[in-house]
Amino acid sequence: MSTYRIQGATGEWEVVIGLEVHAQVTSNAKLFSGASTAFGAEPNTQVSLVDAAMPGMLPVPNQECIRQAVRTGMAIEAQINKWSRFDRKNYFYADLPQGYQISQLYHPIVGEGVLHIEADEKAGIPEDKVIGIERIHVEQDAGKLMHDQHPTMSYVDLNRVGIALMEIVSKPDMRSPAEAGAYVRKLRSILRYVGSCDGNMEEGSMRADVNVSVRRPGEEFGTRTETKNVNSVRFVMQVIEYEANRQVDVLENGGTVDQETRLFDPGTGTTRTMRSKEDAHDYRYFPDPDLLPLELEDSFIEECRASLPELPDAKRARYENELGLTPYNARELTAEVETFGRFETLLAATAAKIGKPEAKVATQVANWALSVAPGVVKSLGDDANMANATAEAQASILAMQDKGEISGGQAKEIYEIVLKEGGEPEAIADERGLKQVSDTGAIEAKIDEIIAANEDKVAEYRGGKDKLFGFFVGQTMKAMQGKANPAVVNQLLKAKLDG
Amino acid sequence: MTDFTQLGVKDIRDGVAGGDFTAREVAESFNAAVAAAAELNAFIVTTPDHALAAADATDAKRAKGEDLGKMGGVPIGMKDLFATKGVQTTAASHILEGFKPEYESTVSQNLWDAGAGMLGKLNLDQFAMGSSNETSYFGNVSSPWKKDGTNAAMSPGGSSGGSSSAVAARIAPAATGTDTGGSIRQPAAFTGICGIKPTYGRCSRWGVVAFASSLDQAGPMARSVEDCAIMLEAMAGFDPKDATSLQMDVPNWEAALSADLKGKKVGIPKEYRMDGTDQAILDSWEQGKAMLRDAGAEIVDVSLPHTKYALPAYYIIAPAEASSNLARYDGVRYGLRDLPDGAGLQDMYAATRAAGFGDEVKRRVLIGTYVLSAGFYDAYYTQAQKIRTLVAQDFEKAFAECDVILAPTTPTASFPLGSLNEDPLTMYLNDVFAVPASLAGLPAMSVPAMVNSDGLPLGLQLVGKPFDEQGVLNAGLAIQQRAGFEAQPEKWW
Repeated sequence: MSTYRIQGATGEWEVVIGLEVHAQVTSNAKLFSGASTAFGAEPNTQVSLVDAAMPGMLPVPNQECIRQAVRTGMAIEAQINKWSRFDRKNYFYADLPQGYQISQLYHPIVGEGVLHIEADEKAGIPEDKVIGIERIHVEQDAGKLMHDQHPTMSYVDLNRVGIALMEIVSKPDMRSPAEAGAYVRKLRSILRYVGSCDGNMEEGSMRADVNVSVRRPGEEFGTRTETKNVNSVRFVMQVIEYEANRQVDVLENGGTVDQETRLFDPGTGTTRTMRSKEDAHDYRYFPDPDLLPLELEDSFIEECRASLPELPDAKRARYENELGLTPYNARELTAEVETFGRFETLLAATAAKIGKPEAKVATQVANWALSVAPGVVKSLGDDANMANATAEAQASILAMQDKGEISGGQAKEIYEIVLKEGGEPEAIADERGLKQVSDTGAIEAKIDEIIAANEDKVAEYRGGKDKLFGFFVGQTMKAMQGKANPAVVNQLLKAKLDG
Repeated sequence: MTDFTQLGVKDIRDGVAGGDFTAREVAESFNAAVAAAAELNAFIVTTPDHALAAADATDAKRAKGEDLGKMGGVPIGMKDLFATKGVQTTAASHILEGFKPEYESTVSQNLWDAGAGMLGKLNLDQFAMGSSNETSYFGNVSSPWKKDGTNAAMSPGGSSGGSSSAVAARIAPAATGTDTGGSIRQPAAFTGICGIKPTYGRCSRWGVVAFASSLDQAGPMARSVEDCAIMLEAMAGFDPKDATSLQMDVPNWEAALSADLKGKKVGIPKEYRMDGTDQAILDSWEQGKAMLRDAGAEIVDVSLPHTKYALPAYYIIAPAEASSNLARYDGVRYGLRDLPDGAGLQDMYAATRAAGFGDEVKRRVLIGTYVLSAGFYDAYYTQAQKIRTLVAQDFEKAFAECDVILAPTTPTASFPLGSLNEDPLTMYLNDVFAVPASLAGLPAMSVPAMVNSDGLPLGLQLVGKPFDEQGVLNAGLAIQQRAGFEAQPEKWW
């Protein structure tokens, strides 16, 4: 149970949140036309006759967009509707050439599903939680108006018109900004795993409509507001916080919350009325007569299922159970497609190089990937040439470390050189003397000298002062200029002192 | 110059192929006839050069011994609802005046690929909304026919009134039409020509200005059943650009034409005996039965019990779709833009659409908007869709007992232009016999049966099973052969 509460003047209020996330489908072509979908092209260069709604033009569904929606549905364990239908949502606006958006109101392609968010004490999520997903439907995006091009006119860019969106509608199951943030992050992660959306919120390929209401804990839902087109996780959380507090103020001052559509101003972190319920459009939804109902064949559904990758929750469980990683490391490594991709490549290369099963080296590789390597990169700043950060080079370093040829410190030093200058890690270690000494003869000689020079301490140690062992280790390492293999030093010291 | 304008599609195609005359001679002949028939107002724009270029291409092919195509050397009229590349395409509306598409509709392209040429863009009811060709921004079309003893301009029917007028007046051997709720069949009946609306999906809708997408179907209008068969073959075919296009091969209808109806059952729907139907129409229906019986068919009674609900349902569904389909004419990207001083976006929409659409179009957009509105949707649109399903089921049951249905095409013969303007409901009744087949998506044809006591043509309608254009054409041929319809309007233009 979320314990997030708004402390009002008259007591505690609970926040109820539902999100409608619009995710642009990864596809080279638009939902109903062959036009390209690349972001950032010159205005009105990616517009087909269909997108411009020329007379007599007709939509034809793009199978790839349908496939991605189905795969996404499967990734949230949702019901896939073998029969769905497109409806027209009618309204006039200059960024909507057809005068209607083709969407799916009555029969969406994906039915109910779930999304799991994990406990995160620090973020204020005390326990794991399952957020219900109501539906996913596919629909067309609209174009963009540009108001800054002319003193008295607005310009229209139709490049985005007709690009496929998935609208992923949650149930009103979230109770805190943190939960909503975790939901968006998790959803984004799943979409990116599946490859159905690039999740790029800055470019607008993922944006959320945030529904917020407040109530006394346990009572009926209050009236909700919907804040449109919020395009970052942080902003989603800000909207909730602002809206919840605003609504509490309204209610505690004896007012009522209006069911309305609001806009978020990222500059001030506040929301304002966009249109009230009275001004709400009557969209006159009806089945699009240009399109037949969408009927999915079993073979198509099976093909979609077979093409699904391992998903975040399964991967995290495997990292913990089979690779033996800590829950923290498993979560960190599986959060992003790029992260686990790099990790799995490095893990395979390292295991091969060392000649051990992946599970035996996974912890070492995870630590390297999550903390050691990023630390080195960070310390180098602009001097790091990431083209040199190959899995091959990193695996070589990890293999040398595993064999005891280099210390942890040396591993970092070698990696620094690799990043700055390139080169083979083994050669660098050899040429620059970045190897630790495991030659027992050399180490023994130094140990003998140290024992001879510290007879009093040896006596104390042998008299039971175990703690002095560290002193001898330190002296030996110092004498070896830090290049002795600590395991060898330990072993030899133990033999000499205890012997 | 020899006058070729009495020739139909088959005559021209075979004559050109056989070397009896050149395609150029034919095109010149029709171009001249078109130019001399301005009084009919059948064409919005004429394209004599297009017709000549196509003719020359056909003649050149013949010289090289190449295949001339199904319509090789035949110049036709193109209803101005089909987008034609570089040639003004208006749907007879002010809002599209001057609009020249950068694209060619699939159906017109199919015809050009088959060797046809274009005489011009034919007038029609604005956005195909009308049954008399009086809603065009570019003026009424007159039928070439006159009521005996009067000089009043008569309606060529609608919406394909330019098509029917041109073909009946022999200024075009054939023309394209579109039929949403009778717009091929009713004008064909009014002007004594043939016209077939194929099964929904046979002809691509791509590039045809949409009226009501779930009903719109293109089809040929010509003076014989054979000509319709030939031209429909050229027009039809699967089009991946139209999601409702039928993924079926186009049969060779012309080759399979047969007026022998032995073993066939012809259904007579009793519900089509409606009040207000002319006695002459009922007489022609009786004659039609006799002709089909004579051709070897068995006549059986069938019932289409939901017929009386079809027209009201149609006048909900078609306007609903139209209200949405016509939203794109907003003054933003093409066509008319009316931007009063200081106007904002909403003002521009209002001004543009007020100036650009005619009254009948506005009426239907308003009706459509109303029936889709929150609170009315279930009472109107949902109910109408249920009726549509019931009407389709009626036909399914009837076709369990017969192969083709015979009915009148219209309840009356043509009427003088202007005589029904004040009464949209009476005007709508023109399509009462045509609409059920449209709602069910079935192939349906009108063939001339006789002239009435006023000297005006009457048509008979044949409705077939889904995809059975052949059955419709064959029954039509049987009537054509027996009716011996030879009447021609006297040239007054």
